[in-house]
Amino acid sequence: MADLASDAPFATPARESLKTADGKPLKAALARAQARSRRRALFLVLPLLVFILVTFVFPIGQMLFRSVHNDAFSRNMPNLVAWFEATEPGTEPDEAAYAALAADLKLLRENRTAGEVGTRVNYELSGSRSLFTSTARRANALEPPFREAILAENEGWADPRLWQVMRDASSAYTANFYLAAVDLMHTETGEIARVPPDRQIYVNLFLRTFALSALITVLTLILGYPIAHLLATLPLRYSNILMILVLLPFWTSLLVRTTAWIVLLQQQGVINSTLVATGLIADDQRLAMIYNQTGTIIAMTHILLPFMVLPLYSVMRPIPPSYVRAARSLGASSWKAFRSVYFPMTVPGIAAGGLLVFILAVGYYITPALVGGASGQLISNLIAYHMTDSLNWSLAAALASILLAAVLLLYWLYDRLIGIDNLKLG
Amino acid sequence: MAAAQQVGAFVEFDRVQKSYDGETLVVKDLNLAMPKGEFLTMLGPSGSGKTTCLMMLAGFETATHGEIRLAGRPINQVPPHKRGIGMVFQNYALFPHMTVNENLAFPLEVRGIGKAEREAKIARALDMVKMGKFGNRRPAQLSGGQQQRVALARALVFDPELVLMDEPLGALDKQLREHMQFEIKHLHENLGITVVYVTHDQSEALTMSDRVAVFNDGVIQQLAPPDELYERPANSFVAQFIGENNKLPGVIEDVDGGRATVRLATGELIDATPVNVGGRGSRTLVSIRPERVEYLPERIPPGAHTIEAEVLEFIYMGESFRTRMRVAGSDDFIMKNRNAVGQRRLQPGERITIGWSPQDARALDPL
Ligand SMILES: Nc1ncnc2c1ncn2[C@@H]1O[C@H](COP(=O)(O)OP(=O)(O)O)[C@@H](O)[C@H]1O
Ligand SMILES: [Mg+2]
Repeated sequence: MADLASDAPFATPARESLKTADGKPLKAALARAQARSRRRALFLVLPLLVFILVTFVFPIGQMLFRSVHNDAFSRNMPNLVAWFEATEPGTEPDEAAYAALAADLKLLRENRTAGEVGTRVNYELSGSRSLFTSTARRANALEPPFREAILAENEGWADPRLWQVMRDASSAYTANFYLAAVDLMHTETGEIARVPPDRQIYVNLFLRTFALSALITVLTLILGYPIAHLLATLPLRYSNILMILVLLPFWTSLLVRTTAWIVLLQQQGVINSTLVATGLIADDQRLAMIYNQTGTIIAMTHILLPFMVLPLYSVMRPIPPSYVRAARSLGASSWKAFRSVYFPMTVPGIAAGGLLVFILAVGYYITPALVGGASGQLISNLIAYHMTDSLNWSLAAALASILLAAVLLLYWLYDRLIGIDNLKLG
Repeated sequence: MAAAQQVGAFVEFDRVQKSYDGETLVVKDLNLAMPKGEFLTMLGPSGSGKTTCLMMLAGFETATHGEIRLAGRPINQVPPHKRGIGMVFQNYALFPHMTVNENLAFPLEVRGIGKAEREAKIARALDMVKMGKFGNRRPAQLSGGQQQRVALARALVFDPELVLMDEPLGALDKQLREHMQFEIKHLHENLGITVVYVTHDQSEALTMSDRVAVFNDGVIQQLAPPDELYERPANSFVAQFIGENNKLPGVIEDVDGGRATVRLATGELIDATPVNVGGRGSRTLVSIRPERVEYLPERIPPGAHTIEAEVLEFIYMGESFRTRMRVAGSDDFIMKNRNAVGQRRLQPGERITIGWSPQDARALDPL
């Protein structure tokens, strides 16, 4: 905005700005000239853009939509929805409310949708699904006064928390799944509060996921940097062989690699047996290196290592030896030459590799599922659980959206600090 | 070893050999002694081992055999950063993430020189190469010639006594290159530094150097001042590599002190100065510089040897003429005449008599 203002004819520029031959501001002309070449580049990637739009942006959009939209309740409970709309949040359910509930329960019975609605409410208040199915089964027998009749069927209907959840669910659009994804909920009085400590899992899991991913990124950097340097400086003949070794993990199935780690790391595995056989540890002190965080860290560091090595290599290979030599001839020790000259020149590779490994690690699923045990699970494993087991797709979508937002934030930070233009992936 | 040490030599290579693969010698038995303040150029075709020699001197390659001494001190075991040698690389090797000022500050910082003195030295070095206004630019924002100057300033800013340059002007266009040749030469004269300069461009070597070491195949073929190199090449390679050269193959008929008689392929006998030949009956190449050949009777020096020639081609080159002709069976004999009063265009097919002084015909090894 500031730029626009200073380019406007009526604005008085703080200092004399340069003009092109025809009197236009130089900066604007430059921006225009660059925009043209950028547009041309866009044209070239148009097919890819369409492809991504169809196969990527659309499904992600759907996921985002699902995370804030769930009409299982509102679609099937018209009478109660009307009552919720007519009353203030926190209103005690009166006879009219119970009458509406009774009418809706009859509808549920007719349409056989009690399970669907029960599941929706059950997301936020566990145990309430059976309430819906059992009461709906006998809905035809309900007679006024409905309050007594329904409570006679099941005391559970009097729970104020249930009414709060139903009120929330009465609108198809809700932020409750996001609240749930960060361990928050609406209380009976409609305020936002933390869920009870025994059910606070997601925030911790997010934190663990980011911490482990950061640790794995650092480990791959520590292991990968010397390898990449070796690859970049060896004569081509040898570096090609080494490169094959680095790429070998790419050519074996993820499952095979993970299973190999199980063979190596388990309590009766190769490493433990060797340690026991050499007397370094006693037989009852076998190390727990798998089915816990350690297992996840070891296996994922191995699997993601090539994603760090390759960007580093592609940055290091074209650095001619003369830079370090120049530094050395100017009087720098080899450490100083590395730190002040070589290392800064490889920063784009480190950043690219780090970004790549971190983003891959944050979304990793299969390896933690196989070797992570309970303490080595990451957020993706829980997303998968909600997709396939609890069938709470909205919560899965909310969790996934938060993950996506975190990755985008990281990307933005990267762009601000290093610049996406400097990204070199290979 | 110590006996071989020359008194007063600043840089010395003493029987230095270098092999990268253990099978071939890239540098074979190199002996070289440079006095302080000399501008010495290593000249030779690509792959002749010049860079390798420079890298051994700078400390980036180790000599497989022999000793390198700097100011009388053996430096084989001294790491590069303790040698205090300034170096200019062909690709300039300016640190891309630093500004020009930071690039120049680098060698001063590692030497622990204070900020004020640092700034003074940087300003002086940049002024020296006329780059004073560019201190805050990054290397990528400079032209090739400007980067070259900065690289030069960076190699000089910490006042090294010895500066090595590996084809520093190779990437510049001709005009800029010639200009920079003079500037480097002036810097050398003004600062009194010792320079080892590597190039494959013979005119560059001739214009800049106090002495030139002509390399071929890992061996110094001749080490001499430019004029001697040009006028008295020690062997056919040097004669061929430096400047233009006519060579007439023949057999030694007779050698007598400072004069040899050579029988050419066509049977003609000519006189030549023996330089690098065997005795009677051995094969030789007689080398004659094109500009020492004349055809106008009044210009042919007295006592000159004359021979028949047939003009094949005449090229007008402005300040001079080049005539290609057939002489003693060889089709690429070149005569170069200055565009002076009395000269005329020769016509192809014309038969003329050419001549040269026997001192200018040098009987060399047959290659
Ligand atoms: N690092 C190296 N490893 C193996 N061979 C090399 C290396 N550097 C140079 N050579 C070989 O040594 C020979 C001389 O090279 P160099 O000193 O660079 O010659 P110049 O600088 O005269 O062109 C060449 O045949 C080259 O292939
Ligand atoms: Mg070279």
